[in-house]
Amino acid sequence: MRHIISLLVENEAGALSRISGLFSARGYNIESLTVATTEDQTLSRMTIITTGSDRIIEQITKQLNKLVDVVKLQDFTEGNFIEREMMFVKVKAEGEAERSEVNRLSEIFRARIIDVTDTTFCIELTGSGDKLDAYISALHENSILEVVRSGSMGILRGEKALTI
Amino acid sequence: MELSGSEILIQFLKDEGVKHIFGYPGGAVLHIYDALQKQDDVEHILVRHEQGATHAADGYARATGKPGVCLVTSGPGATNAVTGIATAYLDSIPLVVITGQVPSHAIGSDAFQEVDAVGITRACVKHNFLVKDLNKLTETLKKAFYVATTGRPGPVVVDIPKDITAPHIKIPYEYPEKIKMRSYNPNLKGHPRQIKRAVELMLGAKRPMFYTGGGIVMGEASAELRTLVRKLGYPITQTLMGLGAFPGTDPQFIGMLGMHGTYEANMAMHECDVLICIGARFDDRITGVPSKFCPYAQIIHVDIDPSSISKIVNADIPIVGSARQVLTEMLKALEKTGMEPDRNVLDTWWKTIKAWQQQESFAYDQGPDVIQPQTAVEELYKVTNGDAYVTSDVGQHQMYAAQFYPFDEPRRWINSGGLGTMGFGLPAAMGVKLAFPDKDVACVTGEGSIQMCIQELSTCLQYNLPVKIINLNNRYLGMVRQWQEFFYEKRYSHVYMDSLPDFVKLAEAYGHVGIRVDKPADLHDAMVEAFKLKDRTVFLDIMTDQEANVYPMISSGKAHNEMDISPLQQKIQATLKASGELV
Repeated sequence: MRHIISLLVENEAGALSRISGLFSARGYNIESLTVATTEDQTLSRMTIITTGSDRIIEQITKQLNKLVDVVKLQDFTEGNFIEREMMFVKVKAEGEAERSEVNRLSEIFRARIIDVTDTTFCIELTGSGDKLDAYISALHENSILEVVRSGSMGILRGEKALTI
Repeated sequence: MELSGSEILIQFLKDEGVKHIFGYPGGAVLHIYDALQKQDDVEHILVRHEQGATHAADGYARATGKPGVCLVTSGPGATNAVTGIATAYLDSIPLVVITGQVPSHAIGSDAFQEVDAVGITRACVKHNFLVKDLNKLTETLKKAFYVATTGRPGPVVVDIPKDITAPHIKIPYEYPEKIKMRSYNPNLKGHPRQIKRAVELMLGAKRPMFYTGGGIVMGEASAELRTLVRKLGYPITQTLMGLGAFPGTDPQFIGMLGMHGTYEANMAMHECDVLICIGARFDDRITGVPSKFCPYAQIIHVDIDPSSISKIVNADIPIVGSARQVLTEMLKALEKTGMEPDRNVLDTWWKTIKAWQQQESFAYDQGPDVIQPQTAVEELYKVTNGDAYVTSDVGQHQMYAAQFYPFDEPRRWINSGGLGTMGFGLPAAMGVKLAFPDKDVACVTGEGSIQMCIQELSTCLQYNLPVKIINLNNRYLGMVRQWQEFFYEKRYSHVYMDSLPDFVKLAEAYGHVGIRVDKPADLHDAMVEAFKLKDRTVFLDIMTDQEANVYPMISSGKAHNEMDISPLQQKIQATLKASGELV
């Protein structure tokens, strides 16, 4: 099953490689990993999307917690949370028909066009992973020049918060 | 007090109570060695290879319970230390390894003797640090010792660039008595409700079994374990790492379990209905196939490391906490119930166990001509009155030592259980001898293993560390040969050591005493002689049966009740069956 695990990590050099190293060393799956500092410069917030049986997920959370750099951890999967991912897509759009098609599609998906040239569009889109996938499949395969995805990040709904 | 980085390091070690460090100098640690030379509170033992430094510090830590400390240079110094660090990691031994690093400005430039020590060791340390700022050196060192020695212990590497230790840059130094880390707070106290449930389950057991490991030794919980096990009257087995925590000569101890454990311990594991595991981690050499492990048992698992619980085998009552605290609480909870186990039920269980014991799974036939390796270990036991510190290397001799030298105290049996590092025994013995100069220290080894760190014989001479090397020399890499005999139709591939050195001459070349023993009749006198030479390192080169095998054995894929037993045990079994004593 797919799990979304959120972590607060000491903002130390090497913390990221400890965590990614743990996944590779123990053979755990990692679908995506995002990381950046928080309002507290000494802390980084990380979101990991992983898959595995209950037993493996239990081991993953325990092993992560065991890392000295990990301050706090929560598996959001069982709770009420919001998950978003950001994507940039660069598409080739030359003819009038093609350009308006991209425009129309972007409107439907509430995507934003953030860069335009005579022959290309760069589109920014935020949403769940599924929505991003759907947008990509709606585009003509041949028109896609490149795709950049951030990986998912998550936050709990309501007053609950992952803080120290 | 204003000190340079090098002086801070030495002063800190002193303040932390470190008396001995093991190391090897080199370019990146020259400043530190200069500071080391100007004082004599911290004694430095110069090894002959950095692997030896880590194993010696490891042996020191296992025997004393204090953290072992190493100092090595950058690059090859650090990489040579990796095997020893990994050895300590797999057995949860507190080590602090200081590695020199190239100067900060040169890091990342592929400088001379540069490796990413923090990167290379990441996968085999509890934690590691790169010191980037002299002002953080003291705090980092404190953290290193704190992390290494608390919770589930383990090795910690502190990588210090050369410029941080420069003699002319001095800063104020004060020893930090305490340190707090928001991200590291090991839980020591077990959950009271879980402890109560565990005690209830124990009391109701029909076929209970204690299974304990290195956590009892490392957690200093031997006394509490003895009290609880004796109070309940239950059988106990211990892992290779746990031997000695409960006395090996106590009738309630039914032998080591696992791949080469006793018949009775493994059978009892298979048949038990309540398994009380404390400070052990269901290693694959213990469990065999997890799906066939203890099929009838409800499992209580006490461990200080939450990730050990339900990792391999699901625990019915998991308890996270230190072995000592949880055992203390269990004793209290037991007292509170005012109950005792049903003695009749327990007697039936013990009768079953005794029937298994009758089969003598360790039985072997000495004979007049060739020394059996078991005999050599038994002789060692006799001559040292069972009171020696015994280190071992890895292989058949390690199993024989574990099987035939019953340890009555914890920290006496020192071996590389998790990583299985050949070359561990001799340097580890040096570390032990340094800590306990008045005690007998023996290294049970084989002609394969001993050659992996034999250079340390030179260190033994320099620092007067008179250890006794008990070399069970079968001219084979015995354990590999055994597997090739059993599973590869005797195709002995690269296991015959046909160009062995003359170990007697070798020992003499290093300034020690070498004694070769060929005949069973000469074994006793040679052993006595070796231990009589109190001030000399003695290399006892004992020619043993070339094709002796370690029994019993649980082959891969087999359950605890599907052991391969020795031909001799098969005979005993048949005789017992014929006489109707065994059903």
